[in-house]
Amino acid sequence: MAIPRKTKKPAQGKRHHRRKRRHVWNDKHWRWVPAADGDWRVQGYIFHHRHKPPKHHFRGPGPKPPRRVQPVAAPNPDPRPAGAYEGPWGVPQAVRLLDRAGFGARPGEAEQLVPLGLVGAVQSLTRPSGAATLSGPAPVDQDGEPIAPADSWGHDHLWWLDRMIRTNQPLVERIALVFHDWFATSEANVSKAQQMIDQSNLFRAAGFGSFLDLFKAVTIDPAMLQWLNGIENVKGAPNENYAREMMELFSLGADRGAYSEDDVREQARSLTGWRADWSSEEGMHDFRFDPKRHDVKSKTVFGQTGNWSWEDACRLCVENPLHPSFFVSKLWSYFVPGPIPTGTQNALIGTYTSSSWQIRPVLEAILMSPDLYEGPPMVKPPVVQLAGMLRRVNRYVDTDWWVWLCEEAGQRLFWPPNVAGWDDSRWLDTSRMRARWNITDVVLDGISVNPWSGSPYSTTETAEEAVAKAITSWGSPELRAEHQAELLDFARRAENLVAANWQKGPYRAMRQNALLQLIGVSPDLILQ
Amino acid sequence: MSHDCCNDYTRSQLLRSAAAEAGRGLPAIEPGMPEPAGTGLSRRRFLSRSAGLALAVYGASKIPLSAFETGIAHAAGSDKILVSVFFDGGIDALSVLAPVGDPKYTTLRPKLAQAPGAGTSFSEDPTLQWHPAAAGLATLHEEGKVSVFPAIGYDHPDESHFTSRHYYEIGELDVGFHTGWLGRYLDAVGDEENPLQGLSMDGTLSPMIATAEKPVASIDSVDGYDLWSAAGEPVDKEMFKSFAKFGSLGSDSPAMNQVRRATSQTDKLRTELANVGKFNSQITYPDNYFAHKLEGLAAYIAFGLPMRVVTIRAAGGYDTHSGQAEDLERNLRETCEGLLAFQRDLEKRGLADRVLVEVWSEFGRRPEENGSEGTDHGAAGCAFVIGSKSKGEMVGEFPGLEKLDGNDNLRVTSDFRGMYCSLLEQWLEFDAAAIIPGASGFARPTLVA
Repeated sequence: MAIPRKTKKPAQGKRHHRRKRRHVWNDKHWRWVPAADGDWRVQGYIFHHRHKPPKHHFRGPGPKPPRRVQPVAAPNPDPRPAGAYEGPWGVPQAVRLLDRAGFGARPGEAEQLVPLGLVGAVQSLTRPSGAATLSGPAPVDQDGEPIAPADSWGHDHLWWLDRMIRTNQPLVERIALVFHDWFATSEANVSKAQQMIDQSNLFRAAGFGSFLDLFKAVTIDPAMLQWLNGIENVKGAPNENYAREMMELFSLGADRGAYSEDDVREQARSLTGWRADWSSEEGMHDFRFDPKRHDVKSKTVFGQTGNWSWEDACRLCVENPLHPSFFVSKLWSYFVPGPIPTGTQNALIGTYTSSSWQIRPVLEAILMSPDLYEGPPMVKPPVVQLAGMLRRVNRYVDTDWWVWLCEEAGQRLFWPPNVAGWDDSRWLDTSRMRARWNITDVVLDGISVNPWSGSPYSTTETAEEAVAKAITSWGSPELRAEHQAELLDFARRAENLVAANWQKGPYRAMRQNALLQLIGVSPDLILQ
Repeated sequence: MSHDCCNDYTRSQLLRSAAAEAGRGLPAIEPGMPEPAGTGLSRRRFLSRSAGLALAVYGASKIPLSAFETGIAHAAGSDKILVSVFFDGGIDALSVLAPVGDPKYTTLRPKLAQAPGAGTSFSEDPTLQWHPAAAGLATLHEEGKVSVFPAIGYDHPDESHFTSRHYYEIGELDVGFHTGWLGRYLDAVGDEENPLQGLSMDGTLSPMIATAEKPVASIDSVDGYDLWSAAGEPVDKEMFKSFAKFGSLGSDSPAMNQVRRATSQTDKLRTELANVGKFNSQITYPDNYFAHKLEGLAAYIAFGLPMRVVTIRAAGGYDTHSGQAEDLERNLRETCEGLLAFQRDLEKRGLADRVLVEVWSEFGRRPEENGSEGTDHGAAGCAFVIGSKSKGEMVGEFPGLEKLDGNDNLRVTSDFRGMYCSLLEQWLEFDAAAIIPGASGFARPTLVA
């Protein structure tokens, strides 16, 4: 309620004639006004001074007041490129990334990747800085002696397996494995293990760079020059072995119309000239280009005629219009199951050609693709599964059994089955599955308990406790519900076998061993 | 192992290690040797690996395991077995049967040519001469037990190992097929429960017996198929039940399906091969791994294991781009001596009428040798069908070196799909039209006597 006025308002008519117009100074000022986004903005306005403003009169706007409303969405810390996976990014996705682009996650590793976001996580793998660090105990053989990768049978396999387990740059090892399969060279036809190791180091060093550079380096790599008879390919007596496989398997693919039988023969001539010497002490050594052995007449490859060299041979393959589609599809197949979708393939071809055949951008796009995170699983290659299992149980290379066990599982490193590499669609059959079972048993040495040992096992452990303990021992992998249910069912069935008091502890120990084994051979640990 | 916690563990590990390193299964266990505790290797399994018990079991033709009986009952429809032996890498047919009587031979093969008279002459075409290392084949051929294809292949030959081999494996000139020609046969006649019906003996499944549905198997070692475990009796039985359950649960992706299939087949094979014992051959096999596998195979057949189709890779590799003479001699000898011993073993055991062996390679090599004392990829190759029931007659003539094909390769005088049709119809007694696309278009050579 308004307070009643005590004085009577003077009549308007009386004051009117007394009003006198006064001078006004119109002066531009600035002030803060609320903005639509919850912040403030500067607005200009005219202030009418009744007196002349002083010379340095303040015209605003003054310090900005505090923001009225905090922004609803913080600036996106994970800007994902177009076409990248857009779904949730958390531990399950990080686990899949580490499975496919490395050798699985040690307990806690996936959690560390999550705050980096998809892009950050992928780049942490594809853009490692400096040389790799290997942490943990160095590899030893059965007798605890340091391994001798260049000299002892099978130790080259152990040497690489150890790097997979201990490196802080897992994708460097994984991409080396990819190119070991891509340019599959076998020690069967190579005189020294060191030459195989050197070739794998080439893949480590060049695996993210230009494919053309890598292709050229592989073409004159000593192991490859022996494996596909490059040093026996001589002017006047060409050997077609490398010429054919460089197109069929390394850069263009068979049955696509990319090259003809004539191209094979002409490429062989371009590639002539490499040689080496042999001695019983050094094996094949001193690999070099000998111009006298090189065919300098003109050659016609893919319809282009010139006096082509071995470098031209590689370049012509990479410049062949059917190369980019071959490259991106093949690289894709190592990381994502099933055929590459046409749209994705075209996008990757664009990335590849616009970067002048750089591997890294294509690899990053593949590792960020929705199909990798939303699509079905793949079967882990045996060595990848073994390295991952040893990482899970925090074990290092301490036996050479891994050499022949991996061979039985179908993947002895440095000994691919043939120049086409390993067949990723045939990792599992009854003999290879048996080998994975037996590998699991050996991984569990030292974790499995002896039912008859002097220190008896718990006589009261419940089925639930037994399952939980076994899962923890494996570093808490994510198990499918139906597998967990079967493990629990087994644990109960095993307990029902106890018929006498003395069996309570030993049977529970056996049950624990069986649970560890079953988890190791469950699809959860075999798939990535 | 640094983690061993007791002597028993160490001993059992040593046993395994010794076995695996020898590549010949577990060592014999002396009578009275105590059972290692806590290893999961039960007395029954140890004893069953020693000769006596296993032989008693099989000698009495009473296989105690139900899965086994099922398998045999289903296999009883046909007791014929087809064994496929693969010369991996493209064997040089012109070395196995050298055309020493062809005037162009020494011109094309200045360094690699065999001297006339170095090997036995081929009775069906005196132009040709057996490689000395193929004496085993020559012997069986003289007995009328080998049908020879001197120039087998297909029109428009592909010189890629992988494409050409794929054609032979699937029985069709189509890069898109995913089942093997023998796999399709097994899909048609095979059993739902018996992985042994299609068996690869090379540690990995041959694409030739890749099926769409029916189980098939591969083994690393003919000496046994055991799954190690620290579970121990009696808990291990329940463990294997759960393992089998992992193999039977549903799947929502091709990879999961692959794991399920392999798991279930592994468990079945474990049961089927649990009691394989000593081979007891009365033939002395040559001392090499290929021959040892054949020795095991003959014993498996004698044991009554329910096999229909078996694949084995020949000894060594045959992609002889350089230094061909030495490599080929060694590998061909091991293979042919093994095949001869296998045939003799089957004859001794009275099983020879049940087994036919088909020997093949993805292509032959180029008639003109290269500059590395080797040969590059070619076209027409050789194949053989061996057995007491083999017709023993050459199929398609040797085309000669005077006229080669457009790529300077040996011309083809028989089609491998015709051979497959004959094997299906005459040996396996199954309509080839259901297995080989366009079967009606291929001439069927008589392969079975």
